[in-house]
Amino acid sequence: MKVVLSGVELDNPVIPASGCFGYGYGMAEYYDIDILGSISFKGTTREARYGNPLPRVAECSSGMINAVGLQNPGIDAVISEELPKMREKFHKPIIANISGFSIDEYVECCQKITHEEQVEIIELNVSCPNVHGGGMSFGTSPDSVAEVVRAVKRVITKPLYVKLTPNVTDIVAIAKAAEAAGADGICLINTMLGMRINTRTRKPVIANTMGGFSGAAVFPVAVRMVYQVSKACNIPVIGCGGVESASDVIEMMMAGASAVEVGAANLRNPYACKEIIENLPKEMERLGIKKLTDIIGIV
Amino acid sequence: MYKRDIYKVIENRPLSAKTMLMVLEGDTQYVGSAGEFVNVAVEGKFLRRPISICDYDEKTITLLYDIVGEGTEIMSRLPLGAELDILTGLGRGFSEDKVCQRPALLGGGIGCAPLYNLSKKLLARGIKPVVILGFNSSKDVVAKEMFERIGAEVYVATVDGTMGTKGFVTDVIREKGLECDYFYACGPMPMLKAVCNTLEWSGEVSLDERMACGFGVCMCCSVETRSGAKRICKEGPVFMKEDLIWK
Repeated sequence: MKVVLSGVELDNPVIPASGCFGYGYGMAEYYDIDILGSISFKGTTREARYGNPLPRVAECSSGMINAVGLQNPGIDAVISEELPKMREKFHKPIIANISGFSIDEYVECCQKITHEEQVEIIELNVSCPNVHGGGMSFGTSPDSVAEVVRAVKRVITKPLYVKLTPNVTDIVAIAKAAEAAGADGICLINTMLGMRINTRTRKPVIANTMGGFSGAAVFPVAVRMVYQVSKACNIPVIGCGGVESASDVIEMMMAGASAVEVGAANLRNPYACKEIIENLPKEMERLGIKKLTDIIGIV
Repeated sequence: MYKRDIYKVIENRPLSAKTMLMVLEGDTQYVGSAGEFVNVAVEGKFLRRPISICDYDEKTITLLYDIVGEGTEIMSRLPLGAELDILTGLGRGFSEDKVCQRPALLGGGIGCAPLYNLSKKLLARGIKPVVILGFNSSKDVVAKEMFERIGAEVYVATVDGTMGTKGFVTDVIREKGLECDYFYACGPMPMLKAVCNTLEWSGEVSLDERMACGFGVCMCCSVETRSGAKRICKEGPVFMKEDLIWK
Protein backbone atom coordinates (compact mmCIF):
# COMPACT_ATOMS: atom_id res chain seq x y z
CA MET A 1 0.00 0.00 0.00
CA LYS A 2 3.07 2.26 0.05
CA VAL A 3 2.99 5.44 -2.01
CA VAL A 4 5.54 8.20 -2.57
CA LEU A 5 4.95 11.97 -2.67
CA SER A 6 7.99 13.88 -3.98
CA GLY A 7 10.42 11.48 -2.32
CA VAL A 8 8.39 11.22 0.89
CA GLU A 9 7.35 7.61 1.41
CA LEU A 10 3.99 6.95 3.07
CA ASP A 11 2.93 3.53 4.44
CA ASN A 12 -0.42 3.99 2.72
CA PRO A 13 -2.18 6.73 0.76
CA VAL A 14 -4.70 7.68 3.46
CA ILE A 15 -4.29 11.18 4.93
CA PRO A 16 -6.83 12.99 7.12
CA ALA A 17 -7.48 16.35 5.45
CA SER A 18 -6.69 19.65 7.10
CA GLY A 19 -9.38 20.91 9.45
CA CYS A 20 -10.99 17.52 9.96
CA PHE A 21 -8.47 15.98 12.35
CA GLY A 22 -7.05 18.87 14.40
CA TYR A 23 -3.40 18.17 15.17
CA GLY A 24 -4.06 14.45 15.44
CA TYR A 25 -3.40 13.90 19.12
CA GLY A 26 -7.09 14.35 20.01
CA MET A 27 -7.97 11.54 17.62
CA ALA A 28 -5.35 9.30 19.25
CA GLU A 29 -8.01 8.78 21.95
CA TYR A 30 -9.96 6.82 19.33
CA TYR A 31 -7.22 4.75 17.70
CA ASP A 32 -3.48 4.42 17.06
CA ILE A 33 -2.98 7.24 14.55
CA ASP A 34 0.41 5.84 13.49
CA ILE A 35 -1.52 3.61 11.06
CA LEU A 36 -2.17 6.72 8.91
CA GLY A 37 -0.06 7.50 5.86
CA SER A 38 0.27 11.10 6.99
CA ILE A 39 -1.80 13.85 8.61
CA SER A 40 -2.46 17.27 7.14
CA PHE A 41 -2.82 19.43 10.22
CA LYS A 42 -5.32 22.22 10.85
CA GLY A 43 -4.64 25.25 8.62
CA THR A 44 -2.32 27.69 10.28
CA THR A 45 -1.85 31.43 9.86
CA ARG A 46 0.76 33.88 11.17
CA GLU A 47 -1.41 35.28 13.96
CA ALA A 48 -3.89 33.44 16.17
CA ARG A 49 -7.41 33.64 14.76
CA TYR A 50 -10.76 33.08 16.46
CA GLY A 51 -12.52 32.69 13.12
CA ASN A 52 -16.12 33.36 12.11
CA PRO A 53 -19.16 33.91 14.32
CA LEU A 54 -21.44 30.95 15.14
CA PRO A 55 -23.25 29.02 13.76
CA ARG A 56 -20.45 27.78 11.53
CA VAL A 57 -21.99 24.61 10.16
CA ALA A 58 -25.00 23.59 8.09
CA GLU A 59 -26.03 20.12 7.05
CA CYS A 60 -26.77 19.16 3.44
CA SER A 61 -27.80 15.99 1.65
CA SER A 62 -24.66 13.84 1.74
CA GLY A 63 -22.50 16.65 3.01
CA MET A 64 -22.08 19.78 5.06
CA ILE A 65 -21.16 23.44 4.76
CA ASN A 66 -18.65 24.96 7.15
CA ALA A 67 -17.45 28.49 7.73
CA VAL A 68 -15.01 28.07 10.59
CA GLY A 69 -12.84 30.89 9.27
CA LEU A 70 -9.40 29.41 9.90
CA GLN A 71 -9.56 29.36 13.67
CA ASN A 72 -6.05 28.45 14.81
CA PRO A 73 -3.55 29.44 17.52
CA GLY A 74 -1.03 30.99 15.08
CA ILE A 75 2.18 29.54 13.65
CA ASP A 76 4.34 30.17 16.75
CA ALA A 77 1.92 28.39 19.10
CA VAL A 78 1.52 25.57 16.58
CA ILE A 79 5.29 25.05 16.60
CA SER A 80 5.77 25.41 20.36
CA GLU A 81 2.59 23.71 21.63
CA GLU A 82 0.66 21.72 19.04
CA LEU A 83 3.48 20.06 17.08
CA PRO A 84 5.21 18.62 20.19
CA LYS A 85 1.87 17.10 21.29
CA MET A 86 1.32 15.80 17.77
CA ARG A 87 4.79 14.19 17.65
CA GLU A 88 4.11 12.35 20.91
CA LYS A 89 1.27 10.43 19.26
CA PHE A 90 2.25 10.47 15.58
CA HIS A 91 5.60 9.31 14.25
CA LYS A 92 5.01 9.46 10.49
CA PRO A 93 5.51 12.30 7.97
CA ILE A 94 3.42 15.37 8.77
CA ILE A 95 1.88 17.67 6.16
CA ALA A 96 1.86 21.28 7.37
CA ASN A 97 -1.17 23.16 6.04
CA ILE A 98 -0.41 26.88 5.79
CA SER A 99 -2.85 29.69 5.03
CA GLY A 100 -2.32 33.37 4.60
CA PHE A 101 -3.78 36.71 3.70
CA SER A 102 -0.67 38.13 2.04
CA ILE A 103 2.44 36.77 0.36
CA ASP A 104 4.49 37.98 3.32
CA GLU A 105 2.36 35.94 5.68
CA TYR A 106 2.68 32.76 3.60
CA VAL A 107 6.45 33.27 3.37
CA GLU A 108 6.89 33.91 7.09
CA CYS A 109 4.81 30.88 8.13
CA CYS A 110 6.55 28.57 5.65
CA GLN A 111 9.98 29.82 6.70
CA LYS A 112 9.15 28.89 10.30
CA ILE A 113 7.60 25.50 9.61
CA THR A 114 10.04 24.20 7.01
CA HIS A 115 12.75 23.31 9.54
CA GLU A 116 10.39 21.50 11.90
CA GLU A 117 11.20 17.88 12.49
CA GLN A 118 8.72 15.42 10.94
CA VAL A 119 7.16 18.11 8.73
CA GLU A 120 7.90 16.52 5.36
CA ILE A 121 5.50 18.37 3.08
CA ILE A 122 4.13 21.90 3.14
CA GLU A 123 0.57 22.21 1.85
CA LEU A 124 -0.30 25.73 0.83
CA ASN A 125 -3.96 26.56 1.27
CA VAL A 126 -4.69 29.10 -1.44
CA SER A 127 -8.33 28.13 -1.51
CA CYS A 128 -10.15 28.62 1.76
CA PRO A 129 -13.41 30.30 0.70
CA ASN A 130 -14.39 31.40 4.16
CA VAL A 131 -12.36 34.48 4.86
CA HIS A 132 -13.30 37.79 3.30
CA GLY A 133 -10.51 38.97 1.04
CA GLY A 134 -8.37 36.03 2.12
CA GLY A 135 -7.13 32.82 0.50
CA MET A 136 -9.75 32.86 -2.21
CA SER A 137 -8.11 35.63 -4.20
CA PHE A 138 -4.82 33.72 -4.51
CA GLY A 139 -6.40 30.47 -5.65
CA THR A 140 -8.66 31.88 -8.32
CA SER A 141 -6.05 33.42 -10.60
CA PRO A 142 -3.09 31.63 -12.25
CA ASP A 143 -0.89 34.69 -11.75
CA SER A 144 -1.45 35.06 -8.03
CA VAL A 145 -1.02 31.31 -7.45
CA ALA A 146 2.27 31.47 -9.34
CA GLU A 147 3.38 34.51 -7.36
CA VAL A 148 2.79 32.94 -3.96
CA VAL A 149 4.36 29.62 -5.03
CA ARG A 150 7.53 31.38 -6.28
CA ALA A 151 7.83 33.41 -3.08
CA VAL A 152 7.39 30.41 -0.79
CA LYS A 153 9.68 28.12 -2.79
CA ARG A 154 12.57 30.53 -2.18
CA VAL A 155 12.44 30.02 1.59
CA ILE A 156 11.55 26.35 2.10
CA THR A 157 13.51 23.12 2.11
CA LYS A 158 10.53 20.71 1.93
CA PRO A 159 8.30 19.77 -1.01
CA LEU A 160 5.50 22.28 -1.65
CA TYR A 161 1.98 21.08 -2.46
CA VAL A 162 -0.61 23.67 -3.44
CA LYS A 163 -4.17 22.94 -2.31
CA LEU A 164 -6.50 24.34 -4.94
CA THR A 165 -10.04 25.63 -4.76
CA PRO A 166 -12.57 24.09 -7.15
CA ASN A 167 -14.40 27.42 -7.36
CA VAL A 168 -12.72 28.43 -10.63
CA THR A 169 -13.53 28.34 -14.31
CA ASP A 170 -10.41 26.48 -15.42
CA ILE A 171 -8.74 24.30 -12.78
CA VAL A 172 -6.11 23.08 -15.26
CA ALA A 173 -4.84 26.60 -15.95
CA ILE A 174 -4.38 27.23 -12.21
CA ALA A 175 -2.65 23.88 -11.63
CA LYS A 176 -0.30 24.43 -14.58
CA ALA A 177 0.57 27.89 -13.26
CA ALA A 178 1.46 26.37 -9.88
CA GLU A 179 3.60 23.70 -11.54
CA ALA A 180 5.40 26.23 -13.73
CA ALA A 181 6.13 28.37 -10.66
CA GLY A 182 7.86 25.45 -8.98
CA ALA A 183 5.19 23.59 -6.98
CA ASP A 184 6.20 19.99 -6.22
CA GLY A 185 2.62 18.75 -6.15
CA ILE A 186 -1.04 19.69 -6.22
CA CYS A 187 -3.75 18.86 -3.72
CA LEU A 188 -7.37 19.17 -4.78
CA ILE A 189 -10.14 19.88 -4.16
CA ASN A 190 -10.82 22.20 -1.25
CA THR A 191 -14.47 22.88 -0.42
CA MET A 192 -16.99 24.22 -2.91
CA LEU A 193 -18.68 27.50 -2.06
CA GLY A 194 -22.21 26.79 -0.86
CA MET A 195 -25.13 28.20 1.09
CA ARG A 196 -28.20 27.04 3.00
CA ILE A 197 -31.23 29.06 4.11
CA ASN A 198 -33.45 28.37 7.12
CA THR A 199 -36.87 28.71 5.48
CA ARG A 200 -38.58 29.28 8.83
CA THR A 201 -36.40 32.21 9.93
CA ARG A 202 -35.75 33.31 6.32
CA LYS A 203 -32.06 33.71 7.13
CA PRO A 204 -28.88 31.88 6.10
CA VAL A 205 -28.18 28.88 8.35
CA ILE A 206 -24.59 29.89 8.99
CA ALA A 207 -23.59 33.28 10.35
CA ASN A 208 -21.10 33.86 7.54
CA THR A 209 -23.95 33.38 4.98
CA MET A 210 -21.77 31.20 2.71
CA GLY A 211 -19.31 28.44 3.46
CA GLY A 212 -17.38 25.50 2.11
CA PHE A 213 -19.42 22.51 0.94
CA SER A 214 -17.80 19.13 1.50
CA GLY A 215 -18.69 15.50 2.05
CA ALA A 216 -19.71 12.59 -0.14
CA ALA A 217 -21.71 14.85 -2.46
CA VAL A 218 -18.59 16.54 -3.86
CA PHE A 219 -16.73 13.28 -4.64
CA PRO A 220 -17.56 13.20 -8.40
CA VAL A 221 -16.36 16.79 -8.79
CA ALA A 222 -13.12 15.92 -7.01
CA VAL A 223 -12.55 12.83 -9.16
CA ARG A 224 -13.13 14.87 -12.30
CA MET A 225 -10.70 17.62 -11.28
CA VAL A 226 -8.02 15.16 -10.12
CA TYR A 227 -8.35 13.44 -13.50
CA GLN A 228 -8.04 16.69 -15.46
CA VAL A 229 -5.13 18.06 -13.45
CA SER A 230 -3.13 14.83 -13.26
CA LYS A 231 -3.39 14.44 -17.04
CA ALA A 232 -2.23 18.01 -17.63
CA CYS A 233 0.58 18.22 -15.06
CA ASN A 234 3.73 16.21 -14.40
CA ILE A 235 3.76 16.60 -10.61
CA PRO A 236 1.96 14.33 -8.10
CA VAL A 237 -1.62 15.03 -7.14
CA ILE A 238 -3.21 14.40 -3.74
CA GLY A 239 -6.92 13.72 -4.29
CA CYS A 240 -9.33 15.18 -1.77
CA GLY A 241 -13.10 15.63 -1.60
CA GLY A 242 -15.90 13.37 -0.40
CA VAL A 243 -13.79 10.26 0.15
CA GLU A 244 -15.53 7.85 2.53
CA SER A 245 -14.39 4.33 1.68
CA ALA A 246 -11.51 2.17 0.45
CA SER A 247 -13.32 1.97 -2.87
CA ASP A 248 -13.36 5.79 -3.08
CA VAL A 249 -9.59 5.85 -2.41
CA ILE A 250 -8.98 3.43 -5.28
CA GLU A 251 -11.28 5.41 -7.59
CA MET A 252 -9.45 8.64 -6.72
CA MET A 253 -6.09 6.97 -7.44
CA MET A 254 -7.34 5.60 -10.75
CA ALA A 255 -8.28 9.19 -11.61
CA GLY A 256 -4.66 10.20 -11.03
CA ALA A 257 -4.11 10.73 -7.30
CA SER A 258 -0.83 9.54 -5.74
CA ALA A 259 -2.35 9.82 -2.26
CA VAL A 260 -5.81 10.62 -0.91
CA GLU A 261 -7.07 12.95 1.79
CA VAL A 262 -10.18 12.16 3.82
CA GLY A 263 -12.04 15.15 5.24
CA ALA A 264 -15.67 15.43 6.33
CA ALA A 265 -16.05 11.65 6.74
CA ASN A 266 -13.94 11.91 9.93
CA LEU A 267 -16.49 14.24 11.48
CA ARG A 268 -19.34 11.74 11.33
CA ASN A 269 -17.21 8.67 11.89
CA PRO A 270 -14.04 9.26 13.92
CA TYR A 271 -12.83 5.83 12.75
CA ALA A 272 -13.28 6.66 9.03
CA CYS A 273 -9.57 6.61 8.13
CA LYS A 274 -8.88 3.52 10.24
CA GLU A 275 -11.71 1.63 8.52
CA ILE A 276 -10.53 2.73 5.08
CA ILE A 277 -6.97 1.54 5.79
CA GLU A 278 -8.25 -1.79 7.11
CA ASN A 279 -10.51 -2.29 4.10
CA LEU A 280 -7.96 -1.29 1.45
CA PRO A 281 -6.20 -4.70 1.18
CA LYS A 282 -9.56 -6.47 0.80
CA GLU A 283 -10.69 -4.01 -1.83
CA MET A 284 -7.37 -4.32 -3.69
CA GLU A 285 -7.67 -8.08 -3.69
CA ARG A 286 -11.25 -7.94 -4.92
CA LEU A 287 -10.20 -5.70 -7.81
CA GLY A 288 -7.00 -7.60 -8.60
CA ILE A 289 -4.67 -4.74 -7.60
CA LYS A 290 -1.19 -5.87 -6.47
CA LYS A 291 0.32 -2.46 -5.72
CA LEU A 292 -1.58 0.80 -5.35
CA THR A 293 1.12 2.57 -7.34
CA ASP A 294 0.10 0.43 -10.35
CA ILE A 295 -3.30 2.12 -10.62
CA ILE A 296 -2.35 5.81 -10.28
CA GLY A 297 -3.88 7.57 -13.27
CA ILE A 298 -4.73 4.29 -15.00
CA VAL A 299 -7.92 5.80 -16.47
CA MET B 1 -12.14 9.25 26.77
CA TYR B 2 -14.97 8.52 24.40
CA LYS B 3 -16.36 5.61 22.49
CA ARG B 4 -18.46 4.77 19.47
CA ASP B 5 -20.81 1.85 19.87
CA ILE B 6 -24.15 0.45 18.85
CA TYR B 7 -26.99 0.99 21.34
CA LYS B 8 -30.43 -0.59 21.40
CA VAL B 9 -33.56 1.54 21.77
CA ILE B 10 -35.54 0.08 24.67
CA GLU B 11 -37.91 3.02 25.17
CA ASN B 12 -38.92 5.87 22.84
CA ARG B 13 -42.11 7.67 23.77
CA PRO B 14 -43.56 11.18 23.65
CA LEU B 15 -43.69 13.29 26.82
CA SER B 16 -45.42 16.15 24.99
CA ALA B 17 -46.23 17.13 21.41
CA LYS B 18 -42.55 17.88 20.72
CA THR B 19 -40.50 16.23 23.46
CA MET B 20 -39.52 12.56 23.42
CA LEU B 21 -37.90 10.30 25.99
CA MET B 22 -35.53 7.64 24.67
CA VAL B 23 -33.76 4.97 26.68
CA LEU B 24 -30.77 3.26 25.08
CA GLU B 25 -29.11 0.07 26.22
CA GLY B 26 -25.39 -0.40 25.79
CA ASP B 27 -21.92 0.31 27.11
CA THR B 28 -22.00 3.38 29.38
CA GLN B 29 -18.52 3.12 30.89
CA TYR B 30 -17.31 6.25 29.12
CA VAL B 31 -20.05 8.48 30.50
CA GLY B 32 -18.37 10.30 33.37
CA SER B 33 -20.65 13.03 34.69
CA ALA B 34 -24.00 14.81 34.47
CA GLY B 35 -23.99 17.33 31.65
CA GLU B 36 -22.06 15.24 29.12
CA PHE B 37 -23.68 14.54 25.77
CA VAL B 38 -23.90 11.84 23.13
CA ASN B 39 -23.68 12.28 19.36
CA VAL B 40 -26.28 10.24 17.55
CA ALA B 41 -25.85 9.04 13.95
CA VAL B 42 -29.21 9.17 12.18
CA GLU B 43 -29.80 7.05 9.09
CA GLY B 44 -29.69 9.21 5.97
CA LYS B 45 -28.26 12.28 7.70
CA PHE B 46 -24.66 13.35 7.16
CA LEU B 47 -23.97 14.84 10.60
CA ARG B 48 -24.69 13.37 14.00
CA ARG B 49 -27.19 14.90 16.44
CA PRO B 50 -25.61 16.07 19.71
CA ILE B 51 -28.03 15.40 22.59
CA SER B 52 -27.35 15.86 26.29
CA ILE B 53 -27.65 12.93 28.65
CA CYS B 54 -30.68 13.14 30.95
CA ASP B 55 -29.73 10.11 33.02
CA TYR B 56 -27.51 7.04 32.91
CA ASP B 57 -26.60 3.94 34.86
CA GLU B 58 -24.40 0.88 34.25
CA LYS B 59 -26.45 -0.32 31.28
CA THR B 60 -28.61 2.49 29.99
CA ILE B 61 -28.57 6.08 28.79
CA THR B 62 -31.73 8.19 28.89
CA LEU B 63 -32.18 11.09 26.49
CA LEU B 64 -34.85 13.76 26.36
CA TYR B 65 -35.03 15.39 22.96
CA ASP B 66 -37.24 17.83 21.11
CA ILE B 67 -38.35 17.07 17.59
CA VAL B 68 -36.84 20.15 15.93
CA GLY B 69 -35.99 18.94 12.43
CA GLU B 70 -35.66 15.97 10.11
CA GLY B 71 -32.99 14.20 12.17
CA THR B 72 -34.89 14.21 15.46
CA GLU B 73 -38.09 13.41 13.52
CA ILE B 74 -36.39 10.22 12.26
CA MET B 75 -35.25 9.44 15.82
CA SER B 76 -38.80 9.86 17.13
CA ARG B 77 -40.05 7.16 14.75
CA LEU B 78 -37.47 4.53 15.78
CA PRO B 79 -39.18 1.38 17.05
CA LEU B 80 -38.14 -0.50 20.18
CA GLY B 81 -35.22 -2.77 19.40
CA ALA B 82 -33.80 -0.41 16.77
CA GLU B 83 -30.04 0.07 16.85
CA LEU B 84 -28.30 3.44 16.97
CA ASP B 85 -24.65 4.31 16.32
CA ILE B 86 -23.68 6.67 19.12
CA LEU B 87 -20.56 8.39 20.41
CA THR B 88 -20.51 8.56 24.22
CA GLY B 89 -18.28 10.26 26.75
CA LEU B 90 -18.39 13.62 24.98
CA GLY B 91 -17.86 16.97 26.64
CA ARG B 92 -17.11 18.11 30.16
CA GLY B 93 -20.16 18.06 32.44
CA PHE B 94 -21.28 19.88 35.58
CA SER B 95 -19.11 19.99 38.70
CA GLU B 96 -20.99 17.38 40.68
CA ASP B 97 -18.82 17.77 43.76
CA LYS B 98 -19.21 21.55 44.13
CA VAL B 99 -19.43 22.57 47.78
CA CYS B 100 -22.80 24.32 48.20
CA GLN B 101 -25.83 24.23 50.52
CA ARG B 102 -28.76 25.00 48.28
CA PRO B 103 -28.07 25.11 44.55
CA ALA B 104 -30.64 26.30 42.02
CA LEU B 105 -30.97 24.11 38.92
CA LEU B 106 -32.40 26.21 36.11
CA GLY B 107 -33.71 24.48 33.01
CA GLY B 108 -35.17 26.21 29.97
CA GLY B 109 -37.27 23.90 27.79
CA ILE B 110 -35.34 20.80 26.78
CA GLY B 111 -32.45 22.24 28.81
CA CYS B 112 -34.06 20.53 31.82
CA ALA B 113 -32.63 17.19 30.61
CA PRO B 114 -29.05 17.20 31.99
CA LEU B 115 -30.25 18.66 35.31
CA TYR B 116 -32.03 15.41 36.11
CA ASN B 117 -28.93 13.27 36.57
CA LEU B 118 -27.27 16.21 38.31
CA SER B 119 -30.20 16.39 40.78
CA LYS B 120 -29.78 12.70 41.55
CA LYS B 121 -26.06 13.15 42.17
CA LEU B 122 -26.64 16.16 44.45
CA LEU B 123 -29.40 14.39 46.40
CA ALA B 124 -27.08 11.41 46.87
CA ARG B 125 -24.66 13.83 48.54
CA GLY B 126 -27.43 15.07 50.84
CA ILE B 127 -27.89 18.36 48.98
CA LYS B 128 -31.48 19.21 48.10
CA PRO B 129 -31.54 21.25 44.89
CA VAL B 130 -34.14 23.83 43.97
CA VAL B 131 -35.21 22.91 40.44
CA ILE B 132 -36.81 25.64 38.36
CA LEU B 133 -38.09 24.66 34.95
CA GLY B 134 -39.14 27.20 32.35
CA PHE B 135 -41.36 26.49 29.34
CA ASN B 136 -43.37 28.47 26.83
CA SER B 137 -46.72 27.03 27.84
CA SER B 138 -48.28 24.34 30.06
CA LYS B 139 -48.56 21.98 27.09
CA ASP B 140 -44.74 22.04 26.76
CA VAL B 141 -44.05 21.19 30.40
CA VAL B 142 -42.09 17.95 30.72
CA ALA B 143 -40.02 16.20 33.37
CA LYS B 144 -41.65 18.01 36.31
CA GLU B 145 -42.84 14.74 37.86
CA MET B 146 -39.48 13.09 37.20
CA PHE B 147 -37.77 15.69 39.37
CA GLU B 148 -40.51 15.55 42.03
CA ARG B 149 -40.28 11.76 42.23
CA ILE B 150 -36.60 11.86 43.21
CA GLY B 151 -37.29 14.41 45.96
CA ALA B 152 -36.23 17.73 44.43
CA GLU B 153 -38.01 21.01 45.26
CA VAL B 154 -39.59 21.87 41.90
CA TYR B 155 -40.98 25.15 40.49
CA VAL B 156 -42.32 25.85 37.03
CA ALA B 157 -42.49 29.05 35.00
CA THR B 158 -44.36 29.45 31.73
CA VAL B 159 -44.06 32.41 29.40
CA ASP B 160 -47.85 32.52 28.85
CA GLY B 161 -48.65 31.93 32.52
CA THR B 162 -50.65 28.75 31.92
CA MET B 163 -48.70 26.91 34.61
CA GLY B 164 -46.70 28.08 37.61
CA THR B 165 -45.18 31.53 37.62
CA LYS B 166 -45.86 33.68 34.55
CA GLY B 167 -42.54 34.58 32.98
CA PHE B 168 -39.06 33.10 33.11
CA VAL B 169 -37.06 31.03 35.61
CA THR B 170 -35.57 34.24 37.00
CA ASP B 171 -39.12 35.47 37.74
CA VAL B 172 -39.70 32.40 39.93
CA ILE B 173 -36.64 33.25 42.00
CA ARG B 174 -37.85 36.83 42.44
CA GLU B 175 -41.51 35.94 43.12
CA LYS B 176 -40.76 33.17 45.62
CA GLY B 177 -37.79 35.00 47.16
CA LEU B 178 -35.66 31.89 46.75
CA GLU B 179 -32.32 32.04 48.49
CA CYS B 180 -29.67 29.84 46.91
CA ASP B 181 -25.88 29.88 46.97
CA TYR B 182 -24.98 28.46 43.56
CA PHE B 183 -26.67 27.70 40.24
CA TYR B 184 -26.48 25.22 37.40
CA ALA B 185 -28.29 26.24 34.20
CA CYS B 186 -29.08 24.78 30.80
CA GLY B 187 -31.39 26.24 28.19
CA PRO B 188 -31.59 28.62 25.25
CA MET B 189 -28.90 31.30 24.97
CA PRO B 190 -31.17 34.31 25.86
CA MET B 191 -32.19 32.53 29.06
CA LEU B 192 -28.57 31.72 29.98
CA LYS B 193 -27.57 35.30 29.34
CA ALA B 194 -30.37 36.58 31.57
CA VAL B 195 -29.48 34.08 34.29
CA CYS B 196 -25.80 35.01 34.25
CA ASN B 197 -26.54 38.74 34.20
CA THR B 198 -29.23 38.84 36.91
CA LEU B 199 -28.20 36.23 39.49
CA GLU B 200 -25.60 37.27 42.03
CA TRP B 201 -24.72 33.68 42.88
CA SER B 202 -21.79 32.00 41.22
CA GLY B 203 -22.72 29.21 38.87
CA GLU B 204 -22.17 27.24 35.72
CA VAL B 205 -24.09 26.96 32.47
CA SER B 206 -24.32 24.37 29.73
CA LEU B 207 -24.19 25.88 26.24
CA ASP B 208 -25.83 24.52 23.11
CA GLU B 209 -24.63 25.20 19.57
CA ARG B 210 -24.66 23.58 16.14
CA MET B 211 -21.84 21.07 15.97
CA ALA B 212 -20.28 18.94 13.30
CA CYS B 213 -18.01 16.39 14.98
CA GLY B 214 -18.77 16.73 18.70
CA PHE B 215 -15.28 15.55 19.67
CA GLY B 216 -13.12 18.61 19.23
CA VAL B 217 -11.58 18.55 15.77
CA CYS B 218 -13.76 20.66 13.46
CA MET B 219 -13.86 23.90 15.48
CA CYS B 220 -17.49 24.56 14.47
CA CYS B 221 -18.65 25.24 18.05
CA SER B 222 -15.94 27.53 19.44
CA VAL B 223 -16.91 30.30 21.84
CA GLU B 224 -14.75 33.16 23.01
CA THR B 225 -14.30 33.07 26.77
CA ARG B 226 -12.25 35.14 29.21
CA SER B 227 -9.60 32.44 28.99
CA GLY B 228 -9.52 32.25 25.20
CA ALA B 229 -11.46 30.37 22.52
CA LYS B 230 -13.03 27.16 23.84
CA ARG B 231 -14.81 24.32 22.09
CA ILE B 232 -18.33 23.77 23.44
CA CYS B 233 -18.02 20.07 22.59
CA LYS B 234 -14.67 19.55 24.29
CA GLU B 235 -13.85 22.12 27.00
CA GLY B 236 -17.65 22.56 27.42
CA PRO B 237 -20.57 22.28 27.13
CA VAL B 238 -20.46 23.43 30.78
CA PHE B 239 -18.67 26.70 31.48
CA MET B 240 -18.31 28.79 34.61
CA LYS B 241 -20.51 31.91 34.58
CA GLU B 242 -17.39 33.99 35.29
CA ASP B 243 -15.65 32.64 32.19
CA LEU B 244 -18.36 33.57 29.69
CA ILE B 245 -18.59 36.78 27.68
CA TRP B 246 -22.12 37.90 26.81
CA LYS B 247 -22.45 40.30 23.89
